[in-house]
Amino acid sequence: MLYRTAGQFKTSYNADQALFPVKQDAFLLGIILILAWVVFPMTASEFTFQTLLIPILIYALAAMGLNILTGFAGQLSLGTGAFMGVGAYACYKMVTLFPWMNPIVAILLSGVFSAGIGVAFGIPSLRIKGFYLAIATLAAQFFLVWLFEKWSWLYNYNASGAIQVPNLEMFGVFVSGPQAASVTEYYIVLFVVSLLTMLCINLTRGNLGRTWKATRDMDIAAELIGINLMKSKLTAFAVSSYVVGVAGALYVFMWKGAAEPNVFDIPLSFQVLFIAIIGGLGSVMGNYLGAILIVGLPVVLNVVAGTQVFEMSTGSAILLAALIAAATFLFGVARNLWGMAAAIGFGAVTLIYGYAQLQGFRIESALIEHINVMIVGALIIFFLIIEPHGLNQLWRLIREKLIIWPFPH
Amino acid sequence: MLNDIFIAPFVDMVEAPDFLMQVLWEGLVSGILYALIALGFVLIFRSSRIFNFAQGIMVVFAALTLVGLFAMGVPAWISVGLTLGVMFVLAVLIERVVLRPLVGQPDIILFMATIGITLFLIGFGETIFGGENKVMITEELGIPTGDTVLEPFGGLLILQHLDITVVIVATLLVLALLAFLNYTQMGRAIRALGDDHQAALSVGISLQTIWVLVWFIAGIIALVTGIAWGARAGVSFALEVIAYKALPVLMLGGLESITGAIVGGLMIGILEKLFEIYWGQPLLGGNTETWFAFVLALIVLLFRPQGLFGERIIERV
Repeated sequence: MLYRTAGQFKTSYNADQALFPVKQDAFLLGIILILAWVVFPMTASEFTFQTLLIPILIYALAAMGLNILTGFAGQLSLGTGAFMGVGAYACYKMVTLFPWMNPIVAILLSGVFSAGIGVAFGIPSLRIKGFYLAIATLAAQFFLVWLFEKWSWLYNYNASGAIQVPNLEMFGVFVSGPQAASVTEYYIVLFVVSLLTMLCINLTRGNLGRTWKATRDMDIAAELIGINLMKSKLTAFAVSSYVVGVAGALYVFMWKGAAEPNVFDIPLSFQVLFIAIIGGLGSVMGNYLGAILIVGLPVVLNVVAGTQVFEMSTGSAILLAALIAAATFLFGVARNLWGMAAAIGFGAVTLIYGYAQLQGFRIESALIEHINVMIVGALIIFFLIIEPHGLNQLWRLIREKLIIWPFPH
Repeated sequence: MLNDIFIAPFVDMVEAPDFLMQVLWEGLVSGILYALIALGFVLIFRSSRIFNFAQGIMVVFAALTLVGLFAMGVPAWISVGLTLGVMFVLAVLIERVVLRPLVGQPDIILFMATIGITLFLIGFGETIFGGENKVMITEELGIPTGDTVLEPFGGLLILQHLDITVVIVATLLVLALLAFLNYTQMGRAIRALGDDHQAALSVGISLQTIWVLVWFIAGIIALVTGIAWGARAGVSFALEVIAYKALPVLMLGGLESITGAIVGGLMIGILEKLFEIYWGQPLLGGNTETWFAFVLALIVLLFRPQGLFGERIIERV
């Protein structure tokens, strides 16, 4: 009903392999783009920019980079955080050495450095496979973070050992640093992320993407049909590290504003890995869904836990109720009982919590943080159990069922 | 420069043999703990192909539970017993709630699930016991704390009694584990499962029981390491990082090999201390212990992709 494909005929192979074979997909993307480019920037508050919109885009980009390596080329990497760091430090050195440089160009160029280092650490992948390679990428993770700490040239010998983002101007507007407005930063992040997303979609659909997938599915078989494994694996490392490096530069320049070496430590790598896996390995859209869940969920939980549930503004109450209803409906369409139960359960727990608040029940904010970590961990396990192939697969199922909804077959 | 790298460190070693022995001793102490943690990894990996990232947090969780129970007024040795009980319940829950629904999924999904367990346990531990640093109940457990000073070659060698205890207990535990794996029915079942899942199932070995068992063994190991490490550095979530140290040990020794875990652990413990003292601090500004083991393992892996003692990887199309 909602996703009728009746009457949309394909008369050529090209039409069948188009990016959007179904009209509604293109329509949906159009709505999302309008939301992202027009509606959000006009309506969002400072808080929304800094805790939701900007970080979700940056994390989605980093996860996309990792996904190219792990999801498309099948090389598990645990060193994402360090490669983000390489991008950030490269960008910092460039804008401080060449202050006349256009910030966007500097951000896009900084990926080149992380790509080079990524290729260097990718060379062992020609011999080492599977979990052995995963631990080998940890060598990159720990070594690079150690290097950020010890090599003082990288942070211009300042006493704190951290990099501080200077005020950067472009066409007379501050785009980065303490004086930049959140909207400007958001637009720059959105521009870069959109650009690289288009690049990634096209790369993964093209010749290079197909050699990656063949390498992932079975590298010996891929070699037998004439794929140059070295080229395939190293290009995957290069493209992946490039995207991750740009994400790292955005992370520091457009969001954090300053960074110490330990920011790029292993928790960051894992957070990005979570997003890629929860979103769905081997997909582009999944990274966005995963980032929305992993970055957005703690914020939502915090807001819900921190406010008086029954004294919420009508707008937020409607938004929360609508979100729960939509999640229940979509899980219901996909015949996913656990998902439905979880969505309804979340609503019920919120109401009970609100009632308890009326009775004078309070949780300390430190405790909320701890419980939050616990819930995020439980949710990761939960999502892995209900759909091990990630949110992207879940959406694909929902979309298939929506085509015939409300009929079961 | 070449002198600094190739000659000076060895001259130092020969000139001060007592200091060298001190370094070797400290390397041995941490090496045996790395070996112990790596053993927990290997057992779980062999029997379920799960790369258990939660091992580190299990160390912290076990130590926190022990200290927390003691703080509630439970006598020291009874809290040890209760903590073991908690670790057993944890093993059962993990098998029931997490592993059983995920059976047969790709390796990376199971790996991710163990990271989910890690996050959950961090949150859970902080919620119940609080996030602040705690002191391990060393004296109450009857662990000696003084030190013995030896004077070999007219020099000075300080052996902490705590370290001696750790080495003895860890060695005993490793030996007990080896005996368990080689001479008991359960232990043989674990090894059979590691060799061939389907063959093991067909002779009536229960997968679920074995999984609970290996996670419980990993829990016991976590408690011992937690006490040993907690006594030196205090109990906090920073302890989690020692689990990362067990990863290069696994790489070096081979993911499936029990011998590999022990040899690899001792090698890495000793070599990283030597490198830090004689090369790291004078030449590289110190703190090289964070990455040295990984780089060493990486180099070894370039020559032997399955680690020193791992099963040979044979690939067919």
